[in-house]
Amino acid sequence: MCLGVPGRIVRIVDEQGLRMGDIDFGGVTRRACLAYVAEAEVNDYVIVHAGFAISRVDPDEAARTLELIEELETQAGSEEKDR
Amino acid sequence: MKFVDEFRDAAAVRTLLDQLRGSVTRPWTIMEVCGGQTHTILRYGLDELLPREITLVHGPGCPVCVTPIEMIDLAIAIAKRPGVTLCSFGDMLRVPGSSGDLFDARAAGADVRIVYSPLDALALARRKPDREVVFFAVGFETTAPTTAMAVREAARTKVPNFSVISAHVRVPPAIEAILSSSDNHVQGFLAAGHVCTIMGIDEYLPIVAKFKVPIVVTGFEPVDLVQGVAMCVAQLEQGRAEVENQYARSVRKDGNLAARALIEQVFTFADRRWRGLDALPKGAMRLSDRFAVYDAVRRFGLAVPTAVEPPECRAGEVLRGVLKPPECPAFGTLCSPERPLGAPMVSSEGACAAYYRAGRQPSAMGETK
Amino acid sequence: MSGDNKSGTSPAIFCPAPGPRGDVVVLGHGSGGRLTADLVSTTFLPALSNPILDRLADGAEFDIGASRAVFTTDSFVVNPLRFPGGDIGSLAVNGTINDLAVMGGRPLGLSAAFILEEGLPIDELRAIVHSMRDAASRAGIQIVAADTKVVERGKADGLFITTSGIGVLPEGLRLGPENVRAGDAVLASGPIGDHGIAVMSAREGLQFETTLLSDCAPLNALVATMLESGSAIRCMRDPTRGGVATILNELAKGAGAEIMIDEAAVPVRAAVRAACELLGLDPLYVACEGRLLAIVADADADRVLDAMRTHAIGSGSCRIGTVTALGRSRVLLRTAFGTTRLLEVLAGAQLPRIC
Repeated sequence: MCLGVPGRIVRIVDEQGLRMGDIDFGGVTRRACLAYVAEAEVNDYVIVHAGFAISRVDPDEAARTLELIEELETQAGSEEKDR
Repeated sequence: MKFVDEFRDAAAVRTLLDQLRGSVTRPWTIMEVCGGQTHTILRYGLDELLPREITLVHGPGCPVCVTPIEMIDLAIAIAKRPGVTLCSFGDMLRVPGSSGDLFDARAAGADVRIVYSPLDALALARRKPDREVVFFAVGFETTAPTTAMAVREAARTKVPNFSVISAHVRVPPAIEAILSSSDNHVQGFLAAGHVCTIMGIDEYLPIVAKFKVPIVVTGFEPVDLVQGVAMCVAQLEQGRAEVENQYARSVRKDGNLAARALIEQVFTFADRRWRGLDALPKGAMRLSDRFAVYDAVRRFGLAVPTAVEPPECRAGEVLRGVLKPPECPAFGTLCSPERPLGAPMVSSEGACAAYYRAGRQPSAMGETK
Repeated sequence: MSGDNKSGTSPAIFCPAPGPRGDVVVLGHGSGGRLTADLVSTTFLPALSNPILDRLADGAEFDIGASRAVFTTDSFVVNPLRFPGGDIGSLAVNGTINDLAVMGGRPLGLSAAFILEEGLPIDELRAIVHSMRDAASRAGIQIVAADTKVVERGKADGLFITTSGIGVLPEGLRLGPENVRAGDAVLASGPIGDHGIAVMSAREGLQFETTLLSDCAPLNALVATMLESGSAIRCMRDPTRGGVATILNELAKGAGAEIMIDEAAVPVRAAVRAACELLGLDPLYVACEGRLLAIVADADADRVLDAMRTHAIGSGSCRIGTVTALGRSRVLLRTAFGTTRLLEVLAGAQLPRIC
């Protein structure tokens, strides 16, 4: 239902009283409204849906999700060796 | 793309699948709620990779699918009025109303434009003060705050020629309806990660307590979906029923408080039905009285038309996950993606369209079903 | 076309709404997808059918005396008129050259007919005409015939251009999907989707910034090098509207072949990927205007690729797939996860989605 794409804030501007940001999605930049992510600053990543940042991506949580999988990989590897 | 590529990593998905395969002992039926999740599953063929014991049911999480026909009829009626510019998200343009879709309305002379954001519609209203710009606001709680901001800004910066047709809908009532239905066999849910980014996860606690089904808030990339399924299966295997958050990099427990606050201000929850699903208590959002002047329905003095949905229609059963599309007599014959009869065939995330495409695919054995 | 909603058997089948009306032209008919194909097969072919037209190739082949000629026509209705990397003028010139080139023809000359909208600034028209001159000169050909008409304000998006082009085929060359054999290699001359995304970036409502330029370019020199490499080239197409997926389906249909594409092997620029992610589009359906797809004998694939890479516009050439079987026409995509899905033709144009 909700196409949301992560991008990096490269610039923050005020547009008609609204806090807006130029978001770099990796070669393409589009302006999005930052009113819902007051805590986000330049170089933070945000999830953008319909021209609005709806959350700031938590890099620690992202890393944790991936580490969990790496741990599984290591576990599986050592289980192999134990056989 | 950072925070995208890592979550599409094939090796990571394989690791998760291996672990999942080792942990499942019984058949389980899990519903992924969100159309964006369905899209990822179909695009990468993830359902083929899951252990055979797991059946994924594609839920009604496609606002394109569940927008009631009468709202589309209303949008078309408004678009056809002289002086009106109707702005809509792209995927709504091909959804059939009672007679034709918004593309047909455009062919007949209506000024219908595709926008990416409600703010684009507001900007258009500012640029063209001689047009009545109407935004067709479709989508779940993820999109509602974007409409809310456009409305609030129209009020704050005094843009009189802007209004909104609010067809926003809410997910929890739909999940309750599915679980309450006597023919339900969904045992666990992958909740929509971006809806929960806005609303948080607490809305699901009463549902889990009442129905004792696990709900895992899940993201949209292959790693997210397989991990979400794995977490759901773990709960099912262990006899637990809790709300868990797989998508913690975006979803916080309380969601986005600023967005929730503006939704409360700008919208009132209403008992409107979804297409294919009968009246869902508080299943929809209409503009609150405070912002009534921006409600296109009121502005144009129209009544929401009653569209007739014959009782024989099967789209509702499909959307609830109790009828498999191939079991519908019209499937593939009268009803196909080129000539869709109902919304689940129109939307590429719709269950019917998904089955239609899958039915012509090579199976895991390399043969076509 | 709109069908009967009620089945003859009970219970009456009547999902919420009837299908789309079939009695007027809709924008989807211009998308290059299934609706376009339907319009061609139900409205044009029955009336105009002849053995040359029925091939539905990029151009018509026929003999003129001792030579074999190719002849093509095309029209250009792009909006906005100017976009990063080109304009409707360079698009018209290169597009026509490319239709001739992928048939194996050496372009000899083009014609251009202009439908001008009342109110179009002459400076803008001049800029476009200069752009056509430059594109033609770059490709080494001339515009030898032209026409101009003017229509009232509002009846054209500024400017429409219709072209035709004529070229000559090397002796004995007969390209076409009917030459395709099982095991053949599918090649692409570079990253896909640049043009479509560049145009979108300039379009109102979807505005985004990018340094991405349209890939609009003439392919005739590239094709000449490929043909000179002495390889068994079966057929070529340029993936314009509808993108790579649509054109591969046309080739599969023409060849009666199953084509398997390796998703990881399809080159897509980072900016195109990002734009597609943002708008919910699939790069495989986004138009290119300076790329070609070629089906060649497997044994010659490396040789053709080497030849292609000697050209700047072919520097990104690579193999993207294989003709896996003859008999059943379809295009399959192998994902990075090893699963396979059907790559179908869309009904109409691909739309940006929210869902």
